[in-house]
Amino acid sequence: MPENIAVKVNGVAVLVAPGTSAAAAVILAGFAACRASVTGAPRAPLCGMGICFECRALVNGVAHTRTCQVTCQPGMVISTDAA
Amino acid sequence: MPREERCRILIVGVGPAGIAAACAAAEFDDSVAVLDDNPAPGGQIWRGEENPRIAQLRDSRARVFSGTRAIAPLGGGSFLAEKDGEPVLFHYEKLILATGARELFLPFPGWTLPGVTGAGGLQAMVQCGLPIAGKRVVVAGTGPLLVAVATHLRERGAMIEAIAEQAPRRCLLRFGAELWRAPGKIVQALGFEWTLRGVPRFTDAWPIAAHGENCVKAVLLETRRGARLFPCDDLACGFGLVPNVELAALAGCELHGGFVAVDEWQQTSLDGVLCAGEPTGIGGVDRSIVEGRIAGYAAAGRRDRARKLFAARRRLHAFSAVLTRCFALRDELRHLARADTIVCRCEDVPLRNATEHPTARSARLHARCGMGACQGRVCGPALDFMLGWTEPAGRARPPLYPVSMATLAAACEEEPTHV
Repeated sequence: MPENIAVKVNGVAVLVAPGTSAAAAVILAGFAACRASVTGAPRAPLCGMGICFECRALVNGVAHTRTCQVTCQPGMVISTDAA
Repeated sequence: MPREERCRILIVGVGPAGIAAACAAAEFDDSVAVLDDNPAPGGQIWRGEENPRIAQLRDSRARVFSGTRAIAPLGGGSFLAEKDGEPVLFHYEKLILATGARELFLPFPGWTLPGVTGAGGLQAMVQCGLPIAGKRVVVAGTGPLLVAVATHLRERGAMIEAIAEQAPRRCLLRFGAELWRAPGKIVQALGFEWTLRGVPRFTDAWPIAAHGENCVKAVLLETRRGARLFPCDDLACGFGLVPNVELAALAGCELHGGFVAVDEWQQTSLDGVLCAGEPTGIGGVDRSIVEGRIAGYAAAGRRDRARKLFAARRRLHAFSAVLTRCFALRDELRHLARADTIVCRCEDVPLRNATEHPTARSARLHARCGMGACQGRVCGPALDFMLGWTEPAGRARPPLYPVSMATLAAACEEEPTHV
């Protein structure tokens, strides 16, 4: 068994399986949304393939990262708007 | 100076068509490269899995650049890409576009709630670790993808509450009768049916509203017996596929009916630029593989090898035509959104602000509809269908995706011809 990977979402530590996307880590950490829309509504991934931009979040300090296309790495820090 | 990569044959997209093209080309050419924006090869359909074709690519001479996004053609056999926020310039002699397709999403009240996803979209997310076991899922939309997705999710422990196919029952029966063209698909379909036994299935059915506060809690489905409410944790909706033609359009390839026009060698209207798979016509994985191989052989100068695949391609094109006929979208789907339903999710533009305008361009300029980060990839095709909007020149603008300033600066150092 490959070892699980420790990441943090909005300060919440979560262990994820290798290959898990940052988008999935957000849900696994107990958050329903990745970003707040321009009118403040919660939004979560729609397309799952990097075209809709609904999964945007701050990943390791980089804003507007498409979390559905980023694979979790040890120590990754993810912050969502909606938290 | 940005990093530069040179090759004779460059392929954009490493799904079924791109993998097939790369493997075919690499049989005869030692300078083949393929790039793709996802973390690993496979495209959408083989995401997160290992299979013999992906293994074949790994064993081939082709170089694979994953996590690398095509940003803008620069003319003169080069284009700009971006990896980890840094620019990369690719130089090539022959270019094969295998950019695949995305799902068509149609707006209806509640479709912006977290938990409402694409059908293929939910499958892709589950393949990347999204937990689905024990979740109640409704799958809605159209096409064989719905059943494939529902099967995949049920195998991973999801409770499929309903599958709603918008096409009429007679169209599904006709589709079933046409499957003799593809015997492999019959076996696959029987497997799906076995896994999905006991799941409520509807034809002539579609979502009319998703309910919930901060995430979806239930969906109201229109069925032949009237509207029915289904509680759910996820609502996966796919109304067919939209070809990703933006890069081809930006490069200057001619489009025909929204698809990239190609000749028998998969050659586009631009010399040295080929195209394979969904951008030339929606037809699924088998068609993509055959077209990819033809393009790969043709680009490597082995027309003899390419020609041997023409008969297979003809059969698969006939199957594409059946798909298109059987799963045509019904008129009712044009009117799911209400005046206050958001149509452009990036800029939160409600339908009423879009319908004030006669064209997509006007809606973009005056209502910001399609001006957000996705650059109209979601609302554009939806509004084309709902309002009959079309943009003859395509809506693609450089850069194809939002990029870092470093990448933008690299584009300015080069002399663009089509930009």
